[in-house]
Amino acid sequence: MPLKRKDLLGIADLSPEEINLILDTAETFRDINQRQIKKVPTLRGKTVINLFFEASTRTRTSFEIAAKRLSADAINISPSTSSVTKGETLVDTAMNLQAMAPDAIVIRHSSSGAPHQIARIVNAAVVNAGDGAHEHPTQALLDALTVRQNKGRIAGLKVAIIGDILHSRVARSNAHLLSKLGAHVVLAGPRTLLPFGLEKLIAPSEGSVTFADNINEAIAEADVVMMLRIQLERQAGGFFPSLREYSIHYGLNRRRLELAKPDVIVLHPGPINRGIEIDSDVADGPFSLILDQVASGVAVRMAVLYLLAGGG
Amino acid sequence: MDFIEKAVVMTAADMNRVLARMASQVVENNPDLSNVLLVGIRRRGVPLAEKIAAKIKEMDGVDVATGALDITLYRDDLSTVAERPVINKTELPANITGKTIILVDDVLYTGRTIRAALDELIDFGRPRRVQLAVLIDRGWRELPIQADYIGKFVTTTEREIIKVMLPEYDETEQVLLVEQV
Repeated sequence: MPLKRKDLLGIADLSPEEINLILDTAETFRDINQRQIKKVPTLRGKTVINLFFEASTRTRTSFEIAAKRLSADAINISPSTSSVTKGETLVDTAMNLQAMAPDAIVIRHSSSGAPHQIARIVNAAVVNAGDGAHEHPTQALLDALTVRQNKGRIAGLKVAIIGDILHSRVARSNAHLLSKLGAHVVLAGPRTLLPFGLEKLIAPSEGSVTFADNINEAIAEADVVMMLRIQLERQAGGFFPSLREYSIHYGLNRRRLELAKPDVIVLHPGPINRGIEIDSDVADGPFSLILDQVASGVAVRMAVLYLLAGGG
Repeated sequence: MDFIEKAVVMTAADMNRVLARMASQVVENNPDLSNVLLVGIRRRGVPLAEKIAAKIKEMDGVDVATGALDITLYRDDLSTVAERPVINKTELPANITGKTIILVDDVLYTGRTIRAALDELIDFGRPRRVQLAVLIDRGWRELPIQADYIGKFVTTTEREIIKVMLPEYDETEQVLLVEQV
């Protein structure tokens, strides 16, 4: 079954079959990243533009490496060095890029829906690399690939996603993806950071999405614990009294992790705040797959670029 | 797509005999079998490579290593095919430098698959030499590529299709000459 779409804008509108196709394809690309010569000629002559309006090292580097390992030419544009500082609108930027005939545009923007707007204007394949608090599809795909490789399946697993759910596009994309593949997702955090009602936006599936405001309840018997970065800039918003208090009630430490299944795996999309949402001995401990996620990220992005931009 | 069957090119018994002959030719040409690697091109080249290895084991008692190559990422027509083909894994030993690689495929036609396979192999190392074994050579080459071991040469028209059917993927074992209607 092929991926019959021009863009990858979110997980919400993907079918389970499409998700599995991307994951299966990524599996092969993981092998290529282990080879001595980590490059294949597949996208030779294609151009991929990374248009990042928000700070990013991991995701932007990951997309750049993915494009280069497929032999595409990758160009990075960040707002500080672009005409955005001169007041150019998003639509004008998109139309100008389109005039240079790229094959794919990878975009990260602080406004939800920005990639969707660009996708309507340009002929190039548009990949959403994070839009506001909406979606971050390749992050959810790389999380799923990491889980699948470790557990052999996604269906039936209990996945606790803990932290600032309200502002997290990672949590949203993961809630869509994991429930579509049959996992039971529990979203947990301070009540001020739980977007109640989110579950109504999730398509009905074999899996489920529920909320918990007690982290211990979320972690109990979990197969996967995914911690989210507490965005330090949010503290001014009054969502929780202090980082110290947050860490005490919602931080992941070794003692809490013992509530989970004995073969639990710990994920974090990064960058991590050591000692706040996750203790160092957990982040660096035997259950942590945080660096495996980064490796999966390159493979997933290669798969997405191949499936969207591989053709004529 | 519907096909009309025009001829049975090989029965299962024919295939068995032909593969045995190809295996003995491989042994004759390569005195040092420990350095030989039989690499099947996905999909149908893979079981054929394994069958040739099994015949060599029967005849000489030697285990010849096998591998599998998926050439999708090296195809020269990716930008003209409408849908991205599904990619399967390439499985080769860690180091192929210095080895004698025998590429195995079911049908040799334009030669473009073999060109892609050679490109991919070279990304894994520098083999001592590369040979090519095919069950059917149907002519119509578009590149200067020839096989070292040929099961059978079949004269075809451009509209005809050779269908190699193997128990691993099909309900029967035979080779058919068919034409699309």
